Order: sequence, then C-alpha cells, then structure tokens
Amino acid sequence: MTRRFLLSMTTATALVLSAPVAAQETHPETGETLAENQSFSYRLLDQFPTLDPQLIEETAGGHVSRQLFEGLLTQNLDGTLRPGVATEWSTEDNQTWTFTLREDARWSNGDPVTAHDFVYAWNRAADPATASEYSWYVELAQITGAADVIAGEAEPGTLGVTAIDDYTLQVELDAPLPYFPQMTVHYTLMPSPQATIEEHGSDWTQPANIVTNGAFILDELAVNEFFRLVPNPEYWGADDLIITDVTGYVINDANQALSRFQAGEFDMMDDLPAGSYPDLEAEMPDVAHAVPRLCSYYYAVNHTETGHEALQDVNVRRALSYAVRREVITDQILQAGQAPAFNFAHWATADFEQPTIYYSELTQDERMEQAIALMEEAGYGPDNPIQLDLIYNTSENHRQIAIALSQMWAPLGVEVTLSNFEWQSYLDIRANQRFDLARGAWCADYNEASTFLDLLTSNNDNNDGRYTSEEFDALLAEAATADDPQPLYTQAEEVLARDMAIIPIYHYTQNFVLDPSIRNWAFDNAENNWYVRDIYRVAE
Amino acid sequence: MFAYILKRLMIAIPVLVILIVVTFILMYLAPGSPFASERGIPPAVLANLEREYGLDRPFIAQIGTYIWNIVTQFDFGPSFQYRDQDVNDLIEQGFPVTLTYGFWSFVVAVLVGAPLGIMAAIRHNTWLDYLAVGVSIGAQVLPNFVLAPILVLIFTLWLGWLPGGGWQGGQIEYLILPIIALSTSFMASIARIARAAMLEVMTSNFIRTARSKGLPERVIVMRHALKPALLPVISYLGPAFVGMITGSVVIDRYFSTGGIGQFFVASALNRDYGVMMGITVLFGALTIIFNLVVDILYAWIDPKIRY
Repeated sequence: MTRRFLLSMTTATALVLSAPVAAQETHPETGETLAENQSFSYRLLDQFPTLDPQLIEETAGGHVSRQLFEGLLTQNLDGTLRPGVATEWSTEDNQTWTFTLREDARWSNGDPVTAHDFVYAWNRAADPATASEYSWYVELAQITGAADVIAGEAEPGTLGVTAIDDYTLQVELDAPLPYFPQMTVHYTLMPSPQATIEEHGSDWTQPANIVTNGAFILDELAVNEFFRLVPNPEYWGADDLIITDVTGYVINDANQALSRFQAGEFDMMDDLPAGSYPDLEAEMPDVAHAVPRLCSYYYAVNHTETGHEALQDVNVRRALSYAVRREVITDQILQAGQAPAFNFAHWATADFEQPTIYYSELTQDERMEQAIALMEEAGYGPDNPIQLDLIYNTSENHRQIAIALSQMWAPLGVEVTLSNFEWQSYLDIRANQRFDLARGAWCADYNEASTFLDLLTSNNDNNDGRYTSEEFDALLAEAATADDPQPLYTQAEEVLARDMAIIPIYHYTQNFVLDPSIRNWAFDNAENNWYVRDIYRVAE
Repeated sequence: MFAYILKRLMIAIPVLVILIVVTFILMYLAPGSPFASERGIPPAVLANLEREYGLDRPFIAQIGTYIWNIVTQFDFGPSFQYRDQDVNDLIEQGFPVTLTYGFWSFVVAVLVGAPLGIMAAIRHNTWLDYLAVGVSIGAQVLPNFVLAPILVLIFTLWLGWLPGGGWQGGQIEYLILPIIALSTSFMASIARIARAAMLEVMTSNFIRTARSKGLPERVIVMRHALKPALLPVISYLGPAFVGMITGSVVIDRYFSTGGIGQFFVASALNRDYGVMMGITVLFGALTIIFNLVVDILYAWIDPKIRY
C-alpha cells in the first residue's frame, strides 16, 4: 500500500516537473516561441546492428551513439570542437595529451563519469576479445600499444592511456598527431560503463540495462521497426535540453519513407530516393537541403599485373581521367549539388584548401583533345582499341555513372565491359585486384585531409588499385607530424594527379529533408554529425 | 493415420538436416564475408572477429557445433550483423509480427477468394462471373510491391486515414494496409483455382445425376459439389499459408513491421550466416509441417485417400 502510494507520488512529481516544459515557452537565447510538441523523429534506412560504442561500425548506430554517449570532446553546430566530458585539453609535443574532465558528468545511473571509464573503453575497443570491427580506429589514433594489443602481441589493457586521477586522463601516442582531439569525438573513443557491461554482457545495450552518459537514454527498441530515446536526467547539460523525446523509424524503402515524411509522420530523413532531389528542392525549398558530405567518389585503377597492361602507362590513365565529363555526372545524373572532383580529399574537409589540379582548368574540349593525343602517344586509339573490365556494385546511380563513363571513353578507343556485383562479392573481387577499373568511394573517419589521402599510401589495405609511390608516402608521413600540413597535402594531391593514381569523379553532398519547424540543425557540420541536444522546434 | 503422421515427422528430421547441410555449404562457398565493408578490415582485426564467431575453425567443426547447439539447446547462435541480438532473439521478436499479419492475410484471402471463385463458377458466363474473373486477374497482376506504395499514397498521404507503416504491438490501424497488400494476390489465386475446380465439378457425371434426381441447386452445390471442388484449393493453401506466415520481404520493407520476412533477403546479402541459417531452418520446418497438415486435410475431405 505504502509502496504503491510512493510510486504514484513519484509519477505525479515527475509529471508536475515535466509539465512546464510542455507549456508555450520561448527559447532562452533567441526568444523564438517554442512549439508545445518538442518531440523529434526521423527515419533510418536500416536497423543499426549495435549501440555499443566500441562495436558500432556504421552511420545509423553512430547517429544514435551521439545522443546516448558523450566523448571527451564533442562538436559545435559547424563541426568545430567543444568540450564534452573533458573541459580542457593540452599537449606540449602533440604526442602526450592531457585531458581534464568535468566533475559534474554522470552516468544515467548516477555514477560519476571518470577518467577510468575512458581507460576502460579504449582498452576494450582494442582488446581482441571484444572483436570490434572498429578496433583499427584506436590504432589510427596512434595510441601507444594499440597495434600490438589488436594483433594479440601485447596484453589487453596495456594501451598508452592512463587515469592520473579520477578527472585527469593522459594519452600517449606513437607519433605526434596534431589532430588527435578531433579524433576523440568518434564513437569508438566514447566512454562505456564497466560495471554494467560486466553485469549484463552483450545484453547491456538492451533498454532495460543500458547506462549512458549523453543527453539521452534508450527507452524502447523494436528491431527493424523503431526505437525511442528520452532525456537522461543525470546529464550535466540536462537543463538546456528542449527536445523531450526522440523516435527513429526504420523504413528501408526510400519512396515509402518519403510518402510518410510528406504525410507528417516524422521530421527528418536522408538517403532520399534516387533522382528525387531536384523536384523536392523545387517544390519545398525550405524543407529539402543539400550540404557537403565528406565522401569522395572515384574509380580505382588497377596498377598491378592483374590489370590491363595499358593501365601501367600513365598516359592511358591520364587520358581516361581527362575524358570524364564530370559535370554530366553531377548535373545530369546525380542532380543534387555534388561537386566535380579532380583531386581526392573532399573540398569541405576542415583546414584543407583544395589544390588546383592542372587539368581542371582546361575546358572539356581541351581535355578531350589532350586525352586523344595521350592515347596516341601510348600507342592506342580507335584503330588499336583496348578492352577494360569495369566493376561496380549494384545500385542505380553506380550503374548510370558506369554507363556514362563507358560512353565518354569510347572515342579514345577504350571498350569497356561493365560488370555488376552484389556488395559482398564486389568487395571480395575488388580487394583481390580482379578488375581494371573499379568504382570506389571513401568517407572521412575524422575531419582532416589525411583521412582521405592515407588511403593511397603503399601499405594501406584499402588501396585496392595498389598504387605505390615513395614520393607520396613520404609526403604523407611528413604531413602527419607537421604543424602546417597543408602545403604537403597540396603536393601529395599533385603527385596523385600527375600519376593519375585514381580517377576522381565527384565530392558528395548529403541530401535530406527536414521539417522547417526544427531549428538549430547542424547544417554546417561537414561530417553530418548532429546532436539532438542542440535542436528545438518553434511554434508554426 | 497416427502411424502415418509419426512416419512423416520422422522423415522430417533427415530432411531438415540435409537442408542445414546444403545451406551451410552454399553459404560457405559464397564469396565475401559478414565483416567486409567498403573499408577493408586489417588482418589482425579480422582474425579476432573470425575467432569470436568460430569462423577460423574447419568446416566440419563449424557445422557440427551449429547442429549440436540446435539439438541440445535450441540455440541458433549469434547474428553476425546485429551484434546486440542473437538469432533466437530476432526470431522471437519478429516471428509473432509476421505470424499475426500473415494469419489475418490468410483468413482474408480464403474468406474472400474461395466464395468469389465458387460464385463465379455457379453463375458461369454471367456478369458476376466476369466481374469475379476481372477482379482476380486484376489483383493477380498487381504485385504487392506496386500495391503497397499505392495504398500508402492513397490512405496515408492523400486521405490521412491510416499510418503508412510501423507495428506498435499490432494495433488494428497498423495491420490494415499490410493485410490488404499481402492477401490480394493470394486471394486472386484462390479465386481462380476455386472457380476452375468448381466449373469442372459442376459438369461431372455425379452432378448431372443429382440434377436429374431433381435436387434443388443449393443442395447440389453445398452437399455434392463443394467438397470435391475445394481439393485443389486446399493443396494450394498449405504452401500459401507458410508463404504468408513467414512473411514477405516486400511487406516488411514497405511497412516497417519488424517482421522476419525481410531477413530472407537481407541476411543473405549481408552474409549474416547465423540469421540466414536460422530463417532457413524455421521456414523449412514450417513447410514440412503444413504440407503434412494439408495431406491430413485431404484424407478428411476425400474418402478415397487413405494413408
């Protein structure tokens, strides 16, 4: 009796406390009138496989992780760094980093968030027993000992990360890394609750068990249907939160999702139906958006012996790239604001000034003229054609681009056989260099040009065309520790263009629709990371 | 009869084992890996993952453990894609959803399809017949991946009457569109089969005899014609029922029901070995069971059939 009374009292108190939020209020800073309904909902293309920050390896789970967990540092609306759990960070030599943690950060069960939680999480990410697909990220961040722990050659738990005390974290790196703070934003390096994980094992991310330190906690999850988040009352910034709950709907089919968006069932969706963007933009300019997305689309050229011998000749590779009419691909096939690319790293990458690549300044006619001349020089042409195998994975856009390319190359005397594979087979074929030309795309892991350029270094496993250049490798190695890497990146891009290591095609945009009553959206975050803690809904 | 059922169930066991072995081999031979992505995984990381899932062990050991865990613990293992769930969780969550909309689709398909076909046959070459044939051919040629978006366009976007997807524990308004989309083509097939069978029965000798005895038409249809006319329908209903309760990729994808039908394709494309095997075994077992049910129904309807 008493217990039930207490329970109902608690519920009543909670209702009373939450009631004022729902009333007509104004935004504390902008003074805009807030809507009564402060729920935010969006559509996911696919169910996220996991919410365990150390195990996440795809975008859908990444977006949810940014609402549930908070790393050392987090991002402002424009993607610049701002304090997360850490309030201050410093280094003398870019190799030893010290982070001071806020003392009011709490897990959703009330426990304080301490430096030990980061030590635990980072070691856990690298531990072979965790079997994280993203353990390489710890190695990419140059944390001392990561490579050995992942390879099983060092004891798990021996990474170069130490809790000096509860609120001071020290990180040792194998090499100076000026952009290390940027890397701590990523979900792999978010903290995780040791006691909860040890108690529940792999079930710790279930709604009943999960403990988080971000602005929200997981309330409900129905696989392949929806999930719901509610505010974490223990979050240090909980008072500034305006959104009252977040719902994500899993809708695989893009057209179906768009119909439901138009019927007002949710506020935001990306992965729009292919080709729908121009119409959406024309009909609903305040709803449809295109912003830069840090991914580059390119064709890998097989530089090894399994590729066509003509591709060993730099003139042939250049001719192929010159002949690509990139604006046909961006303006007529994709039609969503993508930028034609002549270099690899995306133009919107932070602190990266896109170099002017020599052939980008020619007109397309001039490029074509040169391409034909280059082919002649190499001894090929319509009289002596070459047959190339081009592979791409199943997708309407990839198919259209591949067909367009084969037409653009036809005047050079290049006969292209198009082969289409489903994704997993495709990866297998491409990784084993069983192609001449292969579609590829690379997306940034962190907002710095090396995330792109590292791909083409000789020892990178994902360098599927096996381009090798000592000059390029040396430039990248130097850039990694340079105070101002920009001139080195410019040189590196010039080397890529000179050798035509790959054929760059375009730089991505992120296209999405967003209900216009939602404000403070992170349009300028080039990594397309958004945080619900920032947004709010204004009254119509 | 009892011995027959027992015999059929005994045969089902080796059939399922063969199904598991063949699927396992095909899966093993398919190129790619559950862990492959645009960004290749460093070899050390891949080795850790393969050890975690037992993929580094010899083929015989893998399949042996797999069957052993099913037999002893009814454990279908982990999902290779959904790291937070294992296969049993996924089936436990998704199968009731699929079962619900599948069952009601079946009921609708039978209750509308069978009477439609029979009425068409009895009123052969009248406007009713033409209408029924028209409707059923129309429904047959309208595949559910066309019908589903049309339904959402009309009932969600234009009229705003029904939600365009979701499940919410199976509330009625979330059920209507999936049921219409799933049952339509089955309904059409049932109507066509019932009509053809009924037409054949109505021209057979024993019906002519019944007519010449002066029996009223209603008695002829209900007592003499209906049962034999339903035989072909029932042989169709067994596989159709399994087809419906195991769900549909289209329904699950378009209406985001959270059912298990979508795993059929998605698990194969993702090389989610665990889910792919689990779904195959489940569908295999259901097919075997409902074929048996159909055979039993046959014996009940047609006294000539004895097991």
